Amino acid sequence: MSSEETPLGQCPMPLNQVSEILMGHGSGGKLSAQLIENLILPAFRNPELELLDDQAIVSLNGSRLAFTTDSYVITPIFFPGGDIGELAVNGTVNDLAMGGARPLYLSLAFILEEGLPLSDLQRVVESARRAAQCAGVRIVTGDTKVVGKGSGDKVFINTSGIGIVPAGIDLSSARIAPGDAIVLSGTIGDHGIAIMSRREGLEFEGDLRSDTAPLHELAAAALQAAPDIHAMRDPTRGGLAATLVEFAARRHLGIEVDETAIPVRDTVRGACEILGLDPLLVANEGKMVVFVPHQGSERVLDALRRHPLGRDAARIGTVTQEHPGFVILKTPVGGQRVLDLPFAEALPRIC
Amino acid sequence: MKYLDEYRNREIAAALTEQIGRAVTRPWVLMEVCGGQTHSIVRYGIDRMLPPAIELVHGPGCPVCVTSLEMIDRAHAIAQRPGVIFTSFGDMLRVPGSCGDLLTLKGRGADVRVVYSPLDAVRIARENPARKVVFFGIGFETTAPANAMALFQARKLGVKNFSMLVSHVLVPPSIAAILQAPGNRVQAFLGPGHVCAVMGYREYESLSAHYRVPIVITGFEPVDLLEGILMAVRQLEAGRAQVENQYVRAVTREGNCAARNLIFEVFEVGDRKWRGVGAIPKSGYRIAYEYRDHDAERLFEVDEIDTHEPPECISGLILRGLKKPCDCPAFGKRCTPQNPLGATMVSAEGACAAYYQYGRYLDTGNPGDRSAGAGAR
Repeated sequence: MSSEETPLGQCPMPLNQVSEILMGHGSGGKLSAQLIENLILPAFRNPELELLDDQAIVSLNGSRLAFTTDSYVITPIFFPGGDIGELAVNGTVNDLAMGGARPLYLSLAFILEEGLPLSDLQRVVESARRAAQCAGVRIVTGDTKVVGKGSGDKVFINTSGIGIVPAGIDLSSARIAPGDAIVLSGTIGDHGIAIMSRREGLEFEGDLRSDTAPLHELAAAALQAAPDIHAMRDPTRGGLAATLVEFAARRHLGIEVDETAIPVRDTVRGACEILGLDPLLVANEGKMVVFVPHQGSERVLDALRRHPLGRDAARIGTVTQEHPGFVILKTPVGGQRVLDLPFAEALPRIC
Repeated sequence: MKYLDEYRNREIAAALTEQIGRAVTRPWVLMEVCGGQTHSIVRYGIDRMLPPAIELVHGPGCPVCVTSLEMIDRAHAIAQRPGVIFTSFGDMLRVPGSCGDLLTLKGRGADVRVVYSPLDAVRIARENPARKVVFFGIGFETTAPANAMALFQARKLGVKNFSMLVSHVLVPPSIAAILQAPGNRVQAFLGPGHVCAVMGYREYESLSAHYRVPIVITGFEPVDLLEGILMAVRQLEAGRAQVENQYVRAVTREGNCAARNLIFEVFEVGDRKWRGVGAIPKSGYRIAYEYRDHDAERLFEVDEIDTHEPPECISGLILRGLKKPCDCPAFGKRCTPQNPLGATMVSAEGACAAYYQYGRYLDTGNPGDRSAGAGAR
């Protein structure tokens, strides 16, 4: 349905016969995308929002500011490799960094559930403080609200962030072009599998930890090595697949990816095999994908690999003119298939 | 990763493909029985690596797909009862019944929980003595031992608030039904590796002899599948019809005796309706009389629920190897994983869903649902 057909003030739902919010609307899959395209975007359409990047770049008195916001509702709030406080700061820092910005100021707002132990909140605040210090950003404003027991889940956090985009840097998914090399900064699936194994009480052997990390240094290093980078994105919810599928569809270009080139930790692969999940669809919180003109790809790879967060960086694919709108995955045995997003949450399979 | 990488090795796969090419002299139609095998074939593009003379058709072995619509509706009816905690493997959650799926019911307040083992459901029952905890026990012979163990434990420990809605299906009767069907095209089977890990393959020997059809018990990784195809093609070309075991690292002729004994302690063989196929005599397990106090179908009195499938859906023909997903005019258009019309689109391992997920709708010219490509964040 186009926005013109929608009577004023009426909601352009339903989405494919879905008449209420389902968990899948928050999964980063097709339902999430439909919600944004059909309900959110028509209401607020403007040139900045329309790009649907993770941050808006706005010009103000000759400076270009990156502005972003994100909410964090993770269960459990403490997990192997981090907690919700650190995640909330890193996530917003990363959304700014992926726009090529130097992150400067963050807001931090808490929605607290009645009965939350103060010591837990203290731990979350302390970890957010450390993360902010580590990323070189200041928390300059904030808010706290409390909801009754059962109306929330321990702690929800919203962060917004502002950064400044240096002159000469222009990053957007709209700029990717045929021939661009696609470089991934490290292993995928670590965050999602760490959370899932903790949440479901699954005990896997080996060290499963969230990869939550601030990417501003890594992004700056990549940009220094190749200022003509076209786009960067941290593939969080929906995994690497969501980023690739979204870029291919939006720019109506093809993307070819070599599955064997994508680094995945053995422990994560093992857990995914057991659960019947595809690591390409599992969330990350400290990884980035770089779309750079072919001639700059080696420089970007070198720069990433020199940083501890980019040790496992690899070139995983290429943007093409062929099969526009689709991501083609070359499988390890020499076959190929289309990579697509699941409709909603990826669910573990029966066998 | 050991036990995985060597079965996804490009060189070994290429060598097997070449051997298949040398072995084949005329067209053959092979059916892989398991949904897991179908998934692997489409995921890795194996069917497209084969010589054109070999056609793979996709079998009925996706337990989620073939669970009858009545059973799904019964599950939904139980899940909505007050005081019930309804537990299930994850992939049953999105399977649509006549009206919505378990996830939708969850959104409306039903207590639906994903478990990774039926024993977790027994634990939930012990932790919630005031609630009725029901597990949706579906699957082929593969999942039967774990489901049997849950019922066995519940009875032994006296967990009276635990029950199971059982809709187990069996592979050999479905193979017989395919071979007996008019117009059958299948000339050889890649047998179900994990089912046979439990049951052994003696049952398949009589099938193979009776119908003069080669059956190669096959694993699930690309190299397994290619090797299974090679073994089947060699039998066909030589005019042999035997049971052979490609999946020797998991399957023996006798199977797992302890698991089988437990199955027959708790279940008995009965008739079963298959989604898309219809009733097949003696093709399922039901809960044995001694365990009737844990039989959710009896306890919740839902056995009266009866339903009908959309007439447009050709999944019955697909499940018998007579049609391919791309032959269906609704595929990728009116029928998608979001709005499945029938059996083979409802689960990720169903042939239609696998074709859809891995982009095979491109072959049909149907655009599929690409609206969602953008704005995934």
